[in-house]
Amino acid sequence: MPAPMGASSPLDRALDLTAGLGRFVLGILRSAGAVTLFAAEAISHIFRPPFYGRLFLKAFVEIAWFSLPVVAMTAFFTGMVLALQSYTGFARFNAEGAVANVVVLSITRELGPVLAGLMVAGRIGAAFAAEIGTMRVTDQIDALNTLSTNAMKYLVTPRILAGTLALPLLVVVANILGVMGGWLIGTQQLGFSSGAYLKATFDFLQSWDVISGLIKAAAFGFIVTLMGCWCGYTSGGGAQGVGRATTSAVVASSILILASDYVLTAMMFSR
Amino acid sequence: MSAKLVEANGATTPKIRLRGLCKAFGPKVVLDGVDLDIRAGHSMVILGGSGSGKSVTLKCILGLIAPDSGTIEIDGRDLSRLSRREREEVNDRIGMLFQNGALFDSLPVWENVCFKLLAQRRITRRAARDKAAEVLAQVGLAASVGDLSPSELSGGMQKRVGLARAIAAEPDIIFFDEPTTGLDPIMGAVIDGLILDCVKRLGATAVSITHDMASARRIGDDAAMIHKGRIVWRGAAATLGDTGNAMVDQFARGEREGPIQMELRK
Repeated sequence: MPAPMGASSPLDRALDLTAGLGRFVLGILRSAGAVTLFAAEAISHIFRPPFYGRLFLKAFVEIAWFSLPVVAMTAFFTGMVLALQSYTGFARFNAEGAVANVVVLSITRELGPVLAGLMVAGRIGAAFAAEIGTMRVTDQIDALNTLSTNAMKYLVTPRILAGTLALPLLVVVANILGVMGGWLIGTQQLGFSSGAYLKATFDFLQSWDVISGLIKAAAFGFIVTLMGCWCGYTSGGGAQGVGRATTSAVVASSILILASDYVLTAMMFSR
Repeated sequence: MSAKLVEANGATTPKIRLRGLCKAFGPKVVLDGVDLDIRAGHSMVILGGSGSGKSVTLKCILGLIAPDSGTIEIDGRDLSRLSRREREEVNDRIGMLFQNGALFDSLPVWENVCFKLLAQRRITRRAARDKAAEVLAQVGLAASVGDLSPSELSGGMQKRVGLARAIAAEPDIIFFDEPTTGLDPIMGAVIDGLILDCVKRLGATAVSITHDMASARRIGDDAAMIHKGRIVWRGAAATLGDTGNAMVDQFARGEREGPIQMELRK
């Protein structure tokens, strides 16, 4: 006896579920492929003239200089919190002396690059997506193409290059201020002497700890600017579309920063 | 005046020739075999209602959208057969006035006006300021406007700056996308006058898309009407409103009843 109209068998529901899952996976793969091609084209323009040095410098200053206050404050307070938390935790094992080591390793290897990346994602990723998205919906990108200018080369390449080079500089500052935050709490609240705290900080710090953090920072800078530019460049649908692009840029950058942080850490530190 | 090419049969090669141009976005067919010739040194006005395919036609010619099929020739050269470099060379000879101006917010007016010249390294930044002042004067704007940001300009001034940007590199083909939309009738007439002056001075071929009939009569030598992705009429712009073609006449007179039925949801 045939099934009544509208009713679906368990097999149909399972097939629908599988098809939905398949569409979802295909959508992700399609997006990943499109972003990869977008990134490849942007990178290829780094090596082909004309070069837009003025736009690169503008983006570099926007990222490195104007993000400095927010990154600096984040790193400083994180260093302070880290010192407090590790002290109270390590006190249970009579290992309070390791506070300085924990602060410096956490900041240089992980928290400096990740927090700077997330802060820049919120500030710069959103700004790039909104600016380029607005240019898209107001025909300014089409106008660029009619004015003998490759829009990718003009809008995307300088921003991505600037982000990749600027974030390591920000992380250097974040590292210094994070350690300073820990030192301030260590010496003013936890009873460490200044000399002992700094000696413990630098005795255990290896150059690879810092370099690995800077490599991560460059990768996060690339991701943030790439996603900001991509979401803006492909936006549509007027003001609402630009709003969606801005949100997507921040969310996608943040997730990719955390995911790539794991991958990079595994590559650089796993044995 | 641009040189006219002559075909083997003695006829003059059109500046722009479209043959069988088709474009669909998903299931929606926007262009359904557009055939159109645009004569060198003449001003062609393409009429049509909203969503009829005017803007898509323009974007296909400009290379902003790739057509699904059909050919686009400029000076007898099929654009689809050109290398990237050759295509860029063709685009270098084209100017475009966008409907909303599409001025770059982040740049002052003078840099907007001379953007193409600066991009092509044909002019230094210092010289660009003087050139911008010269071109702004051609569209009736003072040199001091050059230092303003586009956001500080009125709609009419933005159109003028957009026009200045379109003509600054002295192109031999200029496209105008709804040049008078959003302007009051007097400002619309002023912009039309400026367009005519500029096109005449440059000896350029002009292609305008509009649904402003007064503007179409003022700026057009020839006119064509596009409806449902096809050219349904072409003739002299001066005859608009009395063409004998029921569709064009209905459109020109703005009549509700006629062969063109608006698809309204009941």
